[in-house]
Amino acid sequence: MPEESRQLDLSTLLGRVGNAIRERVGALPNVLSARSKRLRPRIAGATATPGVCPYCAVGCGTTVYSKGNQILGIEGNPASPINGGTLCPKGAATFQLHVNPNRWTTVKYRAPFAKAWSDVPYAWAMERIAQRIKDTRDRTFREHDEHGNRVNRTTAIASLGGATLDNEENYLIGKLFRNIGTPFIENQARI
Amino acid sequence: MPGLGTLYGLGGATTHLMDLQHADLIVIQGSNFAENHPVGFRFALMAKERGATIVHVDPRFTRTSALADLYIPIRSGTDIAFTGGLINYVLSNDAWFKEYVLAYTSAALLVDPEFRDTEELDGMFSGYDPVSHTYDPKTWSYEVDESSPPAGGEGGASVHEGGKRPKSDPTLQHPRCVINVLKRHYARYTPEAVERITGAPQESFLKLARLLIANSGRDRTAVYAYAMGWAQHTVGVQNIRAAATLQALLGNTGRPGGGIMALRGHASIQGSTDIATLYDSFPGYLKVPTVEKNETTFAAWTKNHTMRSGRWAEYPAFAVSLLKAWYGEHARADNDWNFARLPLNTGDHSDLPMFFAMKDGEVEGLVLYGQNPAVGGQNAALQRGAMERLKWLVVRDIFETESASFWKREDSNPEDIGTEIFFLPVSGVAEKAGTFTNTMRLLQFHEKAVEPPGEARSDLGFTYELGKRLRALYADSTNPLDRPLLDLTWDYESDDPHERERGEADVEKVMREINGFRVEGGEHVRDSHDLRDDGSTACGAWIYCGMFPEPGRNLTRRRTADPAQPAAPGWGWSWPDNVRTLYNRASADPDGNPWSERKRLIWWDDASGAWQGNDVPNFPLHTAPSYRAPADARGDAAIDGDAPFVMLEYGRSEIFGVNGTADGPMPTHYEPRESPVGNALYPNVQYNPVLKEWRRRDNPYHAIGDPKYPYVVTTYRLTEHHASGVMSRQLPWLAELQPAAFCELSPELAVEKEIRNGDWVTIETARGEIEARALVTGRMQPFRLGAGRFVHQIGIPYHFGYKGEVRGDSANDLPPLVADPNVTIHEGKAFTGNIRRGRRSPFSSRTLELEVVPQTEQTPFGSPERPGPMPGPGAEGGMVEHEIVPPAEVMEAARIVHARAEARAAEEEEGTDEHA
Repeated sequence: MPEESRQLDLSTLLGRVGNAIRERVGALPNVLSARSKRLRPRIAGATATPGVCPYCAVGCGTTVYSKGNQILGIEGNPASPINGGTLCPKGAATFQLHVNPNRWTTVKYRAPFAKAWSDVPYAWAMERIAQRIKDTRDRTFREHDEHGNRVNRTTAIASLGGATLDNEENYLIGKLFRNIGTPFIENQARI
Repeated sequence: MPGLGTLYGLGGATTHLMDLQHADLIVIQGSNFAENHPVGFRFALMAKERGATIVHVDPRFTRTSALADLYIPIRSGTDIAFTGGLINYVLSNDAWFKEYVLAYTSAALLVDPEFRDTEELDGMFSGYDPVSHTYDPKTWSYEVDESSPPAGGEGGASVHEGGKRPKSDPTLQHPRCVINVLKRHYARYTPEAVERITGAPQESFLKLARLLIANSGRDRTAVYAYAMGWAQHTVGVQNIRAAATLQALLGNTGRPGGGIMALRGHASIQGSTDIATLYDSFPGYLKVPTVEKNETTFAAWTKNHTMRSGRWAEYPAFAVSLLKAWYGEHARADNDWNFARLPLNTGDHSDLPMFFAMKDGEVEGLVLYGQNPAVGGQNAALQRGAMERLKWLVVRDIFETESASFWKREDSNPEDIGTEIFFLPVSGVAEKAGTFTNTMRLLQFHEKAVEPPGEARSDLGFTYELGKRLRALYADSTNPLDRPLLDLTWDYESDDPHERERGEADVEKVMREINGFRVEGGEHVRDSHDLRDDGSTACGAWIYCGMFPEPGRNLTRRRTADPAQPAAPGWGWSWPDNVRTLYNRASADPDGNPWSERKRLIWWDDASGAWQGNDVPNFPLHTAPSYRAPADARGDAAIDGDAPFVMLEYGRSEIFGVNGTADGPMPTHYEPRESPVGNALYPNVQYNPVLKEWRRRDNPYHAIGDPKYPYVVTTYRLTEHHASGVMSRQLPWLAELQPAAFCELSPELAVEKEIRNGDWVTIETARGEIEARALVTGRMQPFRLGAGRFVHQIGIPYHFGYKGEVRGDSANDLPPLVADPNVTIHEGKAFTGNIRRGRRSPFSSRTLELEVVPQTEQTPFGSPERPGPMPGPGAEGGMVEHEIVPPAEVMEAARIVHARAEARAAEEEEGTDEHA
């Protein structure tokens, strides 16, 4: 056995083994450039808020990453026993449901027979809606139907929707509209 | 949700998604699980990795089929024939789970001697009233044992007269035993009949029948998963009942890896039914009072729905607590809890009649909360036309929807449309806090991460502010009819000044009211047993009692998952009482021991005198298996120790439906309202005789076997889009993945109609026509119904509309408005239509609306006087053997079908001439 090989120190040996592994297996970290070393994940330092996917009814857990008032990304929550961090294409697009230039963020109003929308103040629209409900209700409310049965209602006002909303929202919608007196309270969940 | 409710007691999935991994067999029918609930489907795949078998029964070969071990094609709208065939196979081979069925179902009870089955009345049940087209279900009951002591209490909703127990024959010898009634009812559903009606190859059907039997019993369990493919039919409820019946006979319900997994289509479909924004249901499945039942006083109302045993014995407590939650101090015992001012229903006020009322000018104003009927509604052109008649419309959505901009569509003139429209932008899910109830009854809280942009508000904030403004407008009113609005408890002010300024409500204050609290002191109630009928408790939805048991302890916000417990009891909160598997008392035998070590879930522990195990017992905790309820007992005390279905009168699964389905006590095969073929099972009753239909010029129906509309059409969803597309077509990521409207058809039909893959095609019905790109694929196949008859089917995704990053015609312009008689769900999954190569004319829907569409006289019945249903297929010959059908043979068969159709059309024309 050559003298030289017996004189190998530990660090040289490890270096050779390391090179061999790097060449053949690629298991050691690659060399990083100075720039790469400076890179940080987009969500570094972001606030992580637990959420739920709004699409189908599986109820996948999500994590909403945000900084300030800006959503940076929405991902599957690995802790959720339902989805274990995974999401389907729709769930994975929840970010774009929120951060989307197509989104309307002002109150729009279309006057009767108008050809276009116009922006109106929020409070004006709310008051106008309340007045329209009151006007319709007052004109159409019937204590009794044509057979003399007590019905306490107006069939001129309707509310539709709820299956995409929160339970608490459904609760308030039901509580308010039943007491406005409309029987037409409906959503997509018919069975 | 009465499909499951009438049989088992509660309208919710009996099991949870994670439990699918414990199944030995997973039958997916009426659902494209892999594509529409992809993440939930992973638990089915986990089961498969552990050796379970997956079977997919569906009209289309989808990714679900590709991952299944066995795919069985079935013509849309024939599921009851298929499941009925399985029931028949299980019963006639004596393969039902005897101990389970005897103890936990109504199998041994005796049916009323006056009851007549479809087998005796040629397709009808006893009690039919031909004038009103409804059934009187009086005979759909049990024979009362006159010698039994009357059961105690004021149980007004008791399903048997005089509160007496029904007769039973535990030896099952009596011909009127429920199990023998079932045997006779399903005897017709032979494997040959199943093939002839559904088009499912007989050997595949038999393979599934044998798999079900092999994978049910003490040691093994099978689970069913379904979705809208079962629901959206004129027999929607009965589709689900059929599977529930089969699962009860096989002893799979209430056990690990068993039961029925209902796959809901929206984040809170289950929640918006539990806390209903539905015309006939108050929160917690309390019934809205009706004129028909004369429910004009609190006592009359609650008496009709109070049962002797189980939780429904407490109906008055739940009802008083709801009215206390709504009206606070204004609901008192001495004013009948303010009940007299509630609106009463007269008949059906669901969204289908609602849109007709709108079209006819009765409805003046509509508030849309994230719903888009201009695309999502059936006969959508009619729904758009109806909205034109509105005086005012409020649209709350995240993007401009077709329903907000119906006045801008291609075939309308805004100058003719006088609707005043308000569009209010809404917060996304990450911009507000609240709970969703998912498909397995699990409530999960989503936190608010960021502020919504601009003027966007939550629907909670909007509704709260609207209520405040309305109450201010009425503040000076002295009209007693305005009292309900003014009497409401309406204080959900946020403690956060910023939220308050924006008009947002405090969601946990609403949750506290839903959970319930003591009026004196204000402590939260801990479960529904705390509720009282004396006005001392307030509770918005009794089934959600316990989700928020004390301030600062909101269980829907729990996020602890222990890998050792797949049911994840520490993650969120599920109703009732955080139970994950409903009716889990049935996971143990009548003596309280697990049916087997492999399938243990909960069991009776003598030492502690309580039920224990791996789930919250869905059973009175300390009721021993040997307990027999005294005749005068009420509530939980009236539940025998071996009666797992605690919401039902006797705690036994009602496999003979005495609990109020409108269309029969047992599921029966009828064809869809529109079908190219006659009812081969009962040729004289074509479709559900009590279905709900609206015969109007703007809602025409096709005649049976109408040669103008020879194909079955079905609509469905894609993985990359959501419902009417509002939440997906506006997202470039998703729009790019599914960029165009298309329809799927088989190569055989494509050859027949000279359509090439990628061609523009037009699909038409009497309601409208739409264009789409043709996707010619072997995933669609003609159904062979025996004797050389073939039926082609066309599939169309329904997500497209005229707004968004990707646009296309709406498939929902095609189906008619016709509905199941129990829940008024529409029939979007099976109707008829035609297809031709080429694009539609640009103003087709408007032209069609104006055109007078003749309505031939149509009834569900055939008779010598009227041109009734076509002769049942197979009537003129034996069964055709099954093999892969070569295209030439298919073509030949199609030619025969068409020749017959033409001959029929010629005959009909002659007939019409005579009338003229």
